[in-house]
Amino acid sequence: MNPEVALPILIPFVAGSLSLVFFRSNAAQRWIGVIGTGALLVSSLVLLYNTWSHGVLVMEMGNWPAPFGIVLVSDLLGAIMTVLAGIMGFAVAVYSLPSISADHETFGYYPLTHLLLAGVCGAFLTGDIFNLYVWVEVLLIASFGLLILGGERGQMEGAVKYVTLNLFSSIMLLAGVGLTYGMTGTLNMADLAVKLPEVENQGLVTVVAMLFLVSFGIKSAAFPLFFWLPASYHTPPVAVSALFAGLLTKVGVYALYRFFTLLFSHDVGYTHELLLWMAGFTMITGVLGAAAHYEMRRILSFHIVSQIGYMIMGLALYTPLALIGGVFYIVHHIIVKANLFLVAGVVYFLRGSYELKEVGGVWHTRPWLGLLFLVPAMSLAGIPPLSGFFGKYMLIRAGVEVESWGIVLVALVVGLLTLFSMVKIWAEAFWKAQPEETGERARRFEAALPQSAVVLMVLPIIGLAAITVFIGLGAQPIYAIANAAAAQLLDSSDYIEAVLGVRP
Amino acid sequence: MESVMAVVVGALFAASVYMMLRRSLVKLVIGLILLSNAANLLIFTVSGLTRGKPPLIPEGMDLPAGGWADPLPQALILTAIVIGFGVLAFAVVLIRRAYEVVGEDDLDKMRSTDL
Amino acid sequence: MTTMGSLILRTASRFLLPLLLLFSVFMLLRGHDEPGGGFIAGLVAATGFALYLFAFDAGRTRELMWADPRVLFGLGLLAATLAGVPPILVGEPFFTAMWWPIEVPGLGEIKLSTPLVFDIGVYLVVLGGVMTIVLALAEAEE
Repeated sequence: MNPEVALPILIPFVAGSLSLVFFRSNAAQRWIGVIGTGALLVSSLVLLYNTWSHGVLVMEMGNWPAPFGIVLVSDLLGAIMTVLAGIMGFAVAVYSLPSISADHETFGYYPLTHLLLAGVCGAFLTGDIFNLYVWVEVLLIASFGLLILGGERGQMEGAVKYVTLNLFSSIMLLAGVGLTYGMTGTLNMADLAVKLPEVENQGLVTVVAMLFLVSFGIKSAAFPLFFWLPASYHTPPVAVSALFAGLLTKVGVYALYRFFTLLFSHDVGYTHELLLWMAGFTMITGVLGAAAHYEMRRILSFHIVSQIGYMIMGLALYTPLALIGGVFYIVHHIIVKANLFLVAGVVYFLRGSYELKEVGGVWHTRPWLGLLFLVPAMSLAGIPPLSGFFGKYMLIRAGVEVESWGIVLVALVVGLLTLFSMVKIWAEAFWKAQPEETGERARRFEAALPQSAVVLMVLPIIGLAAITVFIGLGAQPIYAIANAAAAQLLDSSDYIEAVLGVRP
Repeated sequence: MESVMAVVVGALFAASVYMMLRRSLVKLVIGLILLSNAANLLIFTVSGLTRGKPPLIPEGMDLPAGGWADPLPQALILTAIVIGFGVLAFAVVLIRRAYEVVGEDDLDKMRSTDL
Repeated sequence: MTTMGSLILRTASRFLLPLLLLFSVFMLLRGHDEPGGGFIAGLVAATGFALYLFAFDAGRTRELMWADPRVLFGLGLLAATLAGVPPILVGEPFFTAMWWPIEVPGLGEIKLSTPLVFDIGVYLVVLGGVMTIVLALAEAEE
């Protein structure tokens, strides 16, 4: 009986329904948005602290004992992800205040955001595979609504692809859940971890594992299933893009981490080898796609794909150090990637375009914004002493230890190409002078932007940049948490004991 | 019975993939409908088909007499149907709006965000 | 959609709407032990309003519903979520069912419970959600 496990799900639900009840008043919705996400952040921090000090926390919903009822489980990985969801929700809620237009607000921006956060937190905290499917659907429906907010042509075209492929992946997940139930007669993850190795036909288990791999591969935008992401992520308002970039694909990555450590670690030679190939190609295709583009949000979208590769690499190598590196990398990536989208948004509000060819000169008028861009950008490329360096260092070192030279080479080269993309944005948007042809529009946008709006948009950027610097300079505590989380992933007996009450 | 159901599920999946690969938006949605039905039938089939044995416990006993059908898959399917209903309602609104904005029913004309 | 409503449909929907709403409440309340429940009851209620919408138009349907469907959706979600909270106050996990049966003279026993609150929430969510979508489609048509 640990009520704090359910709070990160309940709070966004209450906030979301309250903002629907008050949907006529944008001001009320804004207040509910900031307070609700703030409460979510606080509750998730409490959850992480309690999980850290007391071990895996379990709550049996409706007092139905595991493995029959639905359980919510908070192990360290789940708690860390929930904290990240809280941070993202709060940062984006503050950023939305000036950047989301009144039209979008009346169209349900805030209720959908809360619903999305509830779905994301539910997916991170559930200990039941069918319940995971339900939460994934909750967050998908919310993300559909957010994606088409505004209803422009590009959004509709992107949404058709996004909706189709994500529904397809959900059905794969559902089919996998059904087949798993048919094989084992249980849906509880801890119970499955005990029963799956006892299934006679282990080939069938691997087949089901592949269904989950395809499903979560689509959700996390891994090669060769990533095409929907660059086609849709740059279309909605930038606050939505930032939220998606930070959280949505990471639900897929989280599920991969959960399933391929707890449930499907029986045939590591096959499944994790496949994951390794996926990781390598994901990194390369993502970064090459980014190199070819000149629109800030598209470049950043392709970099999401490329960075997903690093996270999957940590899972695929499947050594303690690799998993630590992977968890560390997820923490770093969510903060940094969302922050880059937020900075790109500010540049848009100052210059009126996301096209690098049409913007410029931000450094000359607002040098501090340039510095704020450099922190996450250099961190993404892995420049020490920022957060990305330590994540990459651990992953590459783990690759060297198991002598997997191919993936090490790919990781290093992709790091360099990432630097190239970031420098491209820096040089074009910040350093070069504003092009003459679009100078008029840029001046108009800059004049129309009130100072208070700039402050509200920059505050979350400063906060996220500060976290990036903190993760880099004070890597030790984050490393300690990631270390403990990876230990729980590798040895699932704590998790199983907490849920089922018996040690396997 | 299982083999008949397996063929039906396979045919539904095949039909839905075929429909989703067509260029028309409406056929895409039909494909999605078939897909969710196929998955529901799959769950129904793999969890074991049992005839005429409701999981009801007679008065004064602890277990149903002589075996029982598993009620859980039906609960799962019911949940999946409800979710599918919501998602499809959204998909219908989406293709309508997409058709209005783009003015085309043809997916090949919806490429501006891919480049 | 105004041209669609024939005289027969309009007359019939006036009678059918209250009947369907009454039937939906019946479905909602019997749903705990017998077939029925919040979801199907919400769909029945939404059918009634949708029928009215086909017979008349979106504006009149909006007037007839006492609140905006989005507010109904929000209230329902709130009720369903908060139905899980009371057990916490007595130290049970979320969504543990709590029952307060009361005797009503002349009617027999009525079982007030958190599942009932949850079901009412589901009812409102389904009614609000379906009507939001149907009204949006109808207004786009008009």
